Amino acid sequence: MTKLNTYEQAVETYEPVLGLETHIELDTNTKMFCGCSTTFGAEPNTQVCPVCLALPGALPVANRAAIEATIKIGLALNCRIAEWTRFARKNYFYPDMPKNFQTSQYEEPLCEEGYVDVVVEGKEYRVEIERVHLEEDTGKTLHVGGATGRIHGATESLVDYNRAGIPLVEIVTKPVPGTGALAPEVARAYTAELRDIVRSLGVSDVRMEQGSLRCDVNLSLNLPGDGWGTRTETKNVNSLRSVERAVRYEVRRQSALLDAGERIFQETRHFQETTGETRAGRSKEEATDYRYFPEPDLAVMEPSREWVEELRATLPEPPRRRRERLQADWSLGDKEMQSVVNADAVELIEATVAAGANAAGAVKWWLGELSRRANETGEELGALAITPAQVAELQSMVDDGRLNDKLARQVIDGVLAGEGDPAKVAATRGLEVVSDTGALEAAVDEAISANPAVAEKIRGGAHAAAGVLIGAVMKATKGQADAGTVRQIIIDKLS
Amino acid sequence: MTGNRTIDQTAAHIADAIREGRTTAVEVTQAFLDRIEAVDGTVKAFLHVDREGALATAREVDAALARGEELGPLAGVPIAIKDVVVTKGLPTTAASKILEGWIPPYDATIVERIKAAKMPILGKTNMDEFAMGSSTEYSAYFKTLNPWDTGRIPGGSGGGSAAAVAAKMAPLAIGTDTGGSIRQPGAVTGTFGAKPTYGSNSRYGLIAFSSSLDTPGPVARNALDAALLHEVISGHDPRDSTSIDAPVPPVVAAARAGATGDLSGLKLGVVKEFAEGTDAAEPGVVAAYEAGVEQLVKLGAEIVEVSCPSFTYALPTYYLIAPSEASSNLARYDGVRYGLRAGDDGKHSLEEVMSLTREAGFGPEVKRRIILGTYALSAGYVDAFYGKAQLVRTLIKQDFEKAFEKVDAIISPTTPFIAFEFGERTGDPYQMYLADLYTIPTNLYGGPGVSVPVGLSEGMPVGLQVMGPVLGDDITYRVAAALESTQDTLLADTAPEIER
Repeated sequence: MTKLNTYEQAVETYEPVLGLETHIELDTNTKMFCGCSTTFGAEPNTQVCPVCLALPGALPVANRAAIEATIKIGLALNCRIAEWTRFARKNYFYPDMPKNFQTSQYEEPLCEEGYVDVVVEGKEYRVEIERVHLEEDTGKTLHVGGATGRIHGATESLVDYNRAGIPLVEIVTKPVPGTGALAPEVARAYTAELRDIVRSLGVSDVRMEQGSLRCDVNLSLNLPGDGWGTRTETKNVNSLRSVERAVRYEVRRQSALLDAGERIFQETRHFQETTGETRAGRSKEEATDYRYFPEPDLAVMEPSREWVEELRATLPEPPRRRRERLQADWSLGDKEMQSVVNADAVELIEATVAAGANAAGAVKWWLGELSRRANETGEELGALAITPAQVAELQSMVDDGRLNDKLARQVIDGVLAGEGDPAKVAATRGLEVVSDTGALEAAVDEAISANPAVAEKIRGGAHAAAGVLIGAVMKATKGQADAGTVRQIIIDKLS
Repeated sequence: MTGNRTIDQTAAHIADAIREGRTTAVEVTQAFLDRIEAVDGTVKAFLHVDREGALATAREVDAALARGEELGPLAGVPIAIKDVVVTKGLPTTAASKILEGWIPPYDATIVERIKAAKMPILGKTNMDEFAMGSSTEYSAYFKTLNPWDTGRIPGGSGGGSAAAVAAKMAPLAIGTDTGGSIRQPGAVTGTFGAKPTYGSNSRYGLIAFSSSLDTPGPVARNALDAALLHEVISGHDPRDSTSIDAPVPPVVAAARAGATGDLSGLKLGVVKEFAEGTDAAEPGVVAAYEAGVEQLVKLGAEIVEVSCPSFTYALPTYYLIAPSEASSNLARYDGVRYGLRAGDDGKHSLEEVMSLTREAGFGPEVKRRIILGTYALSAGYVDAFYGKAQLVRTLIKQDFEKAFEKVDAIISPTTPFIAFEFGERTGDPYQMYLADLYTIPTNLYGGPGVSVPVGLSEGMPVGLQVMGPVLGDDITYRVAAALESTQDTLLADTAPEIER
């Protein structure tokens, strides 16, 4: 294996050309061609029927909700919606594919010729969409008995067909040249934007870690002025970060090979989450012949223009425009807004503000304490056991002076532990700020007499020294005092 | 031979007798089961007989009638079903080793309708493996004999259903027709067979051979019986996307109208290109057919020559489209989920097990067509073969549409030759494929076609085919029933008694 180039070396010499193929599982109630449930995580082979098991004689019937969702995606990606479109069979043998052909689309996809604009480091890039088509997912195979969990060396292969037949939308970009050194960031930004667009449509939960959004990254390199190089297709890229890493790795790997005068094989590679490398799949020197032909078991689809326009009218505000609006509403800088987006906190903050919190407070909680908690447990921010309404309540208690930051964090502990809403947690845990000035004055008096030297300094005008006394008071009140109030009392007493 | 036994009666007569209390469904069912017991050892039409299931349904019918319930027009009339149709709890193999032992967990739509009509299901009939063949010699289990001459084939692929009706082991049967598999066996066994309009009878639960051509339909002793069964199984099915959502053509009324023997005002087309190609048809077949045409003229029909130039290419077109679709439809038989599994001994990889299963499970004709279809769809060939065939298919449709602007129906011999002897055509696939020369155009078009017995040649039955426009099934039944009205006895009644 040739030694890798550094990324900087690579992009100094070569120009990368990106291509992205994204598969999105739709969250329709039923599968693409039968009435089976699509719920994630059920016991293996419990969501199956003659159709999705490909029993002899069974026939498919297309799911209208899936067609509708695909048209919406196409419209949101600025595509042209076909007036005449049909399914095709993609023939190949694999045990997780019950019919040994996948019902997909070939020459007549549902949507074509769209685009997505993304902004990276202040510059806008247009990623052109070649096609958006509808197909069905395969089952899942588990190879057991081998050392690697792969088919080679396995003693048994177990197949779960629950996923077989779940509607899958494939979104294919045209080649994306001209990104230069920012290819990894553009790939990531496109994938994130696509995810947000699809999520805003409410047609998929687009969760990469659950496989409901899966990404294949195509990449080739060429010398400036030359034609495009041979591309590789990297599969198994299952997070936004991985998209970026996979592009970066392929740029380094391919440039090293090209430097050494070797040729790039057009091949499928697999991304390794642990090492960040891509690895060649089984060698496929010969291109697979899928023997596509029109699916004779399904009728041609002719989406009426009226229907398409009805669907267009239901499209929500595009995520990018919405982000720009929210950024202005929340008075955030570009960098701060980017952090909100990266943390997947746009919806959460919006809902928190809607529940009555001020924007600064909502941003502070979600990006600060709550992001930290999510990182600790490896959860997504939105999966934390605290609702935007509860965060809004917490913030209003802080605004009212009933909680300080330290107490508020303890209240969060209680909410996450399932002890109820913030007010209830504060009450049961006894976490409210001590606002009884009599009690505070007594505690201050005690601190002054315990620290006469410090008190003397303050009397001498060194107000900064008040911190020692504040600390003592906070300790005495178990943190339940408002630091500002305590400070004022101290200064008043020692002036 | 003709007789007064239950098994000699038409389905319509049997249904009346049961309804009017002159016999019971159990007596009728028992009579056919006894007949199967007596002669199927010789004819070998059935792959599986379901005595208990048939009698249980018959008892339900008798009990329901005793309670005074209104039942459907064929309640209590037994039926045999081609083994390519999926039947819940009853073995279904499509006469292939690859499905040996498979018990379906569901019923085909047409089987649901037969059950709802309370027709006792006698069993599953033999056929060419996966409906690929014209002689039933390609059954992976055994050959079925022609009741007229046990040295000859009963046609195919639905030889079992045709032989069962011809040998009076069943008054009615279900067949499926992809290129002639209902009509050609009907012609060579002296029975009536109808391929309905594509999409008018559900394919859900029909083991697919060629999805764009397969059509289930009735096998019977005459047009009226077939029409009665046609109306039981026909009609839109939301589980089949290619099912037509339109009223079922009034075929029973048409069969009754035809039986009055009046065809005046009707124009019947004869295809110029078929007539030119009569060198493919045996003289005896042509003679019997032409005698039939004379009868139709006597009933008032006007014969008009129509030109369908693309019919010349129908056979090669069919042998590109059907195997292409079949190569994909049959991919699911891989030993992973059901049926035969070969080589699963811990020494072979998954891929090898799939391959060994298919090697062991498919017979020679099925393999031939999978290879043919795989080739026709391959990169570099698909446009020249599959693609071109689709274009010709469109031309054939246009030929039909143009012809039906001039005529009400088109007639022809059903098949160029009488039942041939075993082994006569298995050595040369093309000679076998010629059996469907006249039936294939209708499948490519999608319209209806029936075969009605018209006479004998060398002592063997000859069929006349009536083809109609899409959803014009009624006209085909009317013409066929009119032809029957000119015959003193049903041809099916003149079959020699089976030698046991």
